[in-house]
Amino acid sequence: MIDTPSLPPSGPPGSPGPPSPPGPAGPAGPSGPSGPAGPRPAVSPRPGPGAARRAAALAARARANPLLALGGALSVLIVLAALLAPLIAPYPADAGSATHPFAVLRPPSAAHWFGTDQVGRDILTRVLYGARVSPLIAFFVLLIACLVGIPLGVAAGYFGGWLDDVIMRITDIFLAFPALLLALALASVLPASLTSVTIAISATWWPWYTRLVRGQAASVAGRPYVASCRALGISRRRIIFRHILPNAITPLIVQVSLDVGGVILTASALSFLGLGAQDPTPDWGLMVAEGQTYFTTDWWVVTFPGLAILVTAFAFNLLGDGLRDALDPRRVMLR
Amino acid sequence: MTVYIARRLLLAIVVVAGVIILTFVIAHVVPGDPAATWAGPHAGPAQIAAARRFLGLDRPLPVQLGSYFGGILSGNWGYSIHTHRPVLSDIAVAAPASLELVIAALLIAVIVGVPLGLVSARWPGRPVDHLVRAGSILGVSMPIFWMALIFQLVFAQRLRLLPVTGEYAPGLLFSHPLARRTGFPVVDALITGNWPMLGSTLTHLILPAVVVAAYPAGLIARMVRAQVLDLVGETHVQMTRALGFPERAVFGRYLMKLAWNPVAAALALVFGYSLVNTFLVESIFDWPGLGSYAAASIGTLDTPAILGVTLFIALVYVVANLVVDLVQAALDPRIRLR
Repeated sequence: MIDTPSLPPSGPPGSPGPPSPPGPAGPAGPSGPSGPAGPRPAVSPRPGPGAARRAAALAARARANPLLALGGALSVLIVLAALLAPLIAPYPADAGSATHPFAVLRPPSAAHWFGTDQVGRDILTRVLYGARVSPLIAFFVLLIACLVGIPLGVAAGYFGGWLDDVIMRITDIFLAFPALLLALALASVLPASLTSVTIAISATWWPWYTRLVRGQAASVAGRPYVASCRALGISRRRIIFRHILPNAITPLIVQVSLDVGGVILTASALSFLGLGAQDPTPDWGLMVAEGQTYFTTDWWVVTFPGLAILVTAFAFNLLGDGLRDALDPRRVMLR
Repeated sequence: MTVYIARRLLLAIVVVAGVIILTFVIAHVVPGDPAATWAGPHAGPAQIAAARRFLGLDRPLPVQLGSYFGGILSGNWGYSIHTHRPVLSDIAVAAPASLELVIAALLIAVIVGVPLGLVSARWPGRPVDHLVRAGSILGVSMPIFWMALIFQLVFAQRLRLLPVTGEYAPGLLFSHPLARRTGFPVVDALITGNWPMLGSTLTHLILPAVVVAAYPAGLIARMVRAQVLDLVGETHVQMTRALGFPERAVFGRYLMKLAWNPVAAALALVFGYSLVNTFLVESIFDWPGLGSYAAASIGTLDTPAILGVTLFIALVYVVANLVVDLVQAALDPRIRLR
């Protein structure tokens, strides 16, 4: 029974039976890779169909998950607005300290779609340029948080022992503050500027990455293949870069994309409290704070910049949430 | 269990010590001279030196840290620069209003979030699920200072459904004076049977509480959904199905109970988070709590007050987490045996 290769594959397609001849009669067999000895040209572009299949699967998931698609589309729009702001903004000079004393607080119209602010600047222009401020802060904050948090997490998880204890107690202390609170306390003693906001938020964000990477590193460091790497005399650096870090990449990508929205909200809150960007900067949180005084009579000064914060945070949160579902196989199976 | 409690308490003490050190570092090692700030803009070098001696800033840092620790533990949290009162008594006056606001917000969040999470998990992948997920993500993406302004404009100023600002209608103080028993206006009005005042405090509470509830409601809906989806395939859930309970009972009675554990943990986390969010909302609604106090302190660069509030909220946060951990360990042996 076992030696008869002429029989059609009887078991379920997953069974690693003998490589069946690649004829048309292979209905549900393991499709792409046949035997290692198969000299047929159809087998050679092995990464091709695999990548295509993965892309198709991802597209199918996007179709199954309209929220991810929406988040992706909105995120692309926001990035485009940031990149193309000088080209598409109707009054590029209004992004700076221009004033138009005769066009103050005009309601939305054909000339000014989002109206004008308390010194007559076009709010649409400033909202578009604002897409260059908040997402950029988020980029630098997450970059710094990763650069600080990942090495500490690897050190704690891979080496363990007292180093692990010390690093994790320090992260516990930082995580004992709600992120906005610690950022606020730090920003309030630093001079009000975008740099201070970036530093203050980074200082509160890195422990999350240390925790995440530490968990991944600790779970991998105990596996037999890492022990055999060590036994083979492979350098510590190589083990960390080739075996520990790659295992942490997927959850890191998910976490970073989930955090963009949170950082943008935190930064805008600091700006709203006057701890961040100062006047001519077209920062959304600052625009809401400045418009507060005129808000009861001139609703547009606050509405559009705040809406920009909401849409941006919403877009990146949708994207992060969808990515987590798409990259976490356990979640997908549950659906 | 005793070992677990001892370990958990020890960890909490380490974290509290670290939190105090961290606020000390923020106050003392940052650029800028607290003595010059304290002495005022027109002080001469001699006065600044006197202020430095008075504030103890001329002593070595470890000594300063020691006396800072001693002060925190003995209730001396320093003096506010703008109110010229002890920071701790300012906090004691302001805290009840904020706690009332946050507790009301979390109640709203649970009442809204848990059913939405259950509904979403009941029909995963269906339009109602997408709708709830989008709504919950919208909730956690909300810049609440903006939401506060918009809600105030729409519901209070335009539609005139709810009062604009304050904790109660000030005119009521003449006809129905509010006796201060607990410091929580709603509770005080309730226990003294002051019904017109109770109505006024409740209607004043709605708008700010709904705004503060946006984030926790979204978070709870997501957590309940994820937790229920994790559990729905388990054998004990299949068992209740096999026994012939309708789906409504399986979700409403059994799965909901199992989802409470992560919700309780999330509530502890989000309690501290929401206290901080009041910084952004209270001054808009003229709510006389910690948030207004902190926002005013930030405006006047009142470092002792800012750090006092920071320390207070961090301590609340640590204690809330400790309580939840201990309660969960008492309920679930798997946690304490881990």
